[in-house]
Amino acid sequence: METFDLLAQGLLSALQVHNLIYALIGVTLGTAVGVLPGIGPALTVALLLPVTYKLDPGGSLIMFAGIYYGGMYGGSTTSILLNTPGESASIVTALEGNKMARQGRGGPALATAAIGSFVAGLLATLGLAFIAPFVVKFALSFGPWDYFALMVLAFVTVSAAFGDSALRGLTALFIGLGLGLIGIDLQTGQTRLAFNVMDLLDGIEVTTLAVALFAIGETLKTASDRDQANTEVTAVKGSVWMTLEDWKRSWASWLRGTFIGFPIGAMPAGGADVASFLSYSTEKTFSKKPEEFGNGAIEGVAGPEAANNASAAGTLVPLLTLGLPTTATAAIMLAGFQQFGLQPGPLLFANNAPLVWALIASLLVANFMLLVLNLPLIGLWVRLLTIPKHWLYAGILTFATLGTLGANGAMSMGFGPVRISFELVLLLAFGILGYLLRRFGYPIAPVVVGLILGPMAEQQLRRALAISQGDIGVLFSSPISIVLYVAAIIAVGVPMILRLRGQGGVLGQLATDED
Amino acid sequence: MTTGSSKPERRPDGAALVIAAILAGLAAIIFWQTSQMRLPPIQQRVGPTVFPYVIASGLVLLAIGTVVSAMRGSFPERSKDDYKPIFWIVGGLIGQILLLSTAGFSIGTGVLFAFTAKAFGRGPLWQTIPIGTVFAFAVWFIFAKGLQLSLPAGALERLLTTGTPF
Repeated sequence: METFDLLAQGLLSALQVHNLIYALIGVTLGTAVGVLPGIGPALTVALLLPVTYKLDPGGSLIMFAGIYYGGMYGGSTTSILLNTPGESASIVTALEGNKMARQGRGGPALATAAIGSFVAGLLATLGLAFIAPFVVKFALSFGPWDYFALMVLAFVTVSAAFGDSALRGLTALFIGLGLGLIGIDLQTGQTRLAFNVMDLLDGIEVTTLAVALFAIGETLKTASDRDQANTEVTAVKGSVWMTLEDWKRSWASWLRGTFIGFPIGAMPAGGADVASFLSYSTEKTFSKKPEEFGNGAIEGVAGPEAANNASAAGTLVPLLTLGLPTTATAAIMLAGFQQFGLQPGPLLFANNAPLVWALIASLLVANFMLLVLNLPLIGLWVRLLTIPKHWLYAGILTFATLGTLGANGAMSMGFGPVRISFELVLLLAFGILGYLLRRFGYPIAPVVVGLILGPMAEQQLRRALAISQGDIGVLFSSPISIVLYVAAIIAVGVPMILRLRGQGGVLGQLATDED
Repeated sequence: MTTGSSKPERRPDGAALVIAAILAGLAAIIFWQTSQMRLPPIQQRVGPTVFPYVIASGLVLLAIGTVVSAMRGSFPERSKDDYKPIFWIVGGLIGQILLLSTAGFSIGTGVLFAFTAKAFGRGPLWQTIPIGTVFAFAVWFIFAKGLQLSLPAGALERLLTTGTPF
């Protein structure tokens, strides 16, 4: 019951007044930003990172936990009330949820999403608390070759396994890996690909890249795409409360969604969108009224929403225990940790246990707050949805540049009296890259994951080869690494066969785009 | 890569070929820059050049794959994009970058704000630039004063917070 003690201590710390306030600010901001159309959880976290810069690590991580869960919740509100294809993690919710909203059952749809998210968040966070110590114990025995194999697996699953083209997924990954090369090599102190630009010596900031790709790229795409569907907000009519029948139809879906979502998030096997898609098809088979699917079946909202949230909590397992980000959101969170000099992984659990457990406990707290806050405030969130596009995107770019300047506001270049922020120039360049990636059907998440995970993989590889004195055989010397490589081959091989046999459409729908 | 290429038959996809060329170009830059690095002899085996070479080789392979894909015309259908809004937004970002050090955060960001709104069809600029500047100043005040973020201040920010523009 060691875990229980640690979690209880974490709760005590999370329940201190100032930490509660941080969590409250986090969930409120997270929901408010996450609700805005076109902003997924990854961008929510990236945009709100600057808010936490001046806090102490504990407070900042607690606020982060709130932002993360709030952002996930906000996304589902958007997809129920606004039929927004493009936000992939909640796209499935839109299938049934938006139909319900059109029939005047938007209230119960939002309620089942909220309660389902709560149930899933609660169970999955407890799951995280109980599994994490085992993974940590196991991970302490990992050699650098095992870590390298684990990262190879993460690379493959994030880029090649899902989405409609392994080629484009891998290309996106390699662009990220290439960007990760820039800067001073940590082991020898030599500069690589810095082109004598001082600002490049520290490498490319993950948050700058993520904000550029998600915020600027998305803005450029939305502005230029004339076919962009005219979205209209569906008003919430009638009661927000679920009827007895709604409850009866929802509870099993919540649980099934949780059990599908958590393992998928916890394994380095793709993001929340995969989980919610699987949950949707499961609900379709289990439903007593399958004919309602496609016309607003409540199970089709309850299950995927639970899966979505469970998987969001699940991705924290590899992130916290192994330091392995498997989604763009997790990559940005890792960058958030690193800004305080904290490196998630087994050692963080060992050396900084109170901090980690306060974080896990505050996930529980944030989850409760979301349940209490969101349904009563639904009118406010709907109001946010009706912000006209031109003000919305103008505001998004304001905050995108603000965050970038706040992280690194040095005006290090320029001519005469005009000084230029190099970070903003990078933001613009990567924004255009983000537009091109979207335009030509490349996924975004692999670029971000490649940038942060590439240098980590390189370090592990070189450490492994230094120990073996250059013998490549060391990479395949442990049973763990062999298992991981086999998993990676399966992850890339099976979808390829499916695509060759013309069944790639399903995978296309599973594309890991937004988070 | 401005060709929104409609492809009646299996004509090679021009834009995809350009992407392949860019990938090959990136690989060439990495190869060239890495070959320029001077290494102490001891580290030659698994030094800082191994990983760049691996990634550059990967990019070469992906460039070849992209060429194949372009020849087959297997890139996804593209929407017909309007480029005018893109120029407005990029122009707004460049305007902000150039204005920040002299005019300060609020005015620079006000220009970005107005140009972005313009890209979405909301004008006129003489109206939206002041709206954007007021909005940006409010944001600047919250973040620079409330959250102690270091954001560039210009005459306007100094005038409104200290009473003198200097």
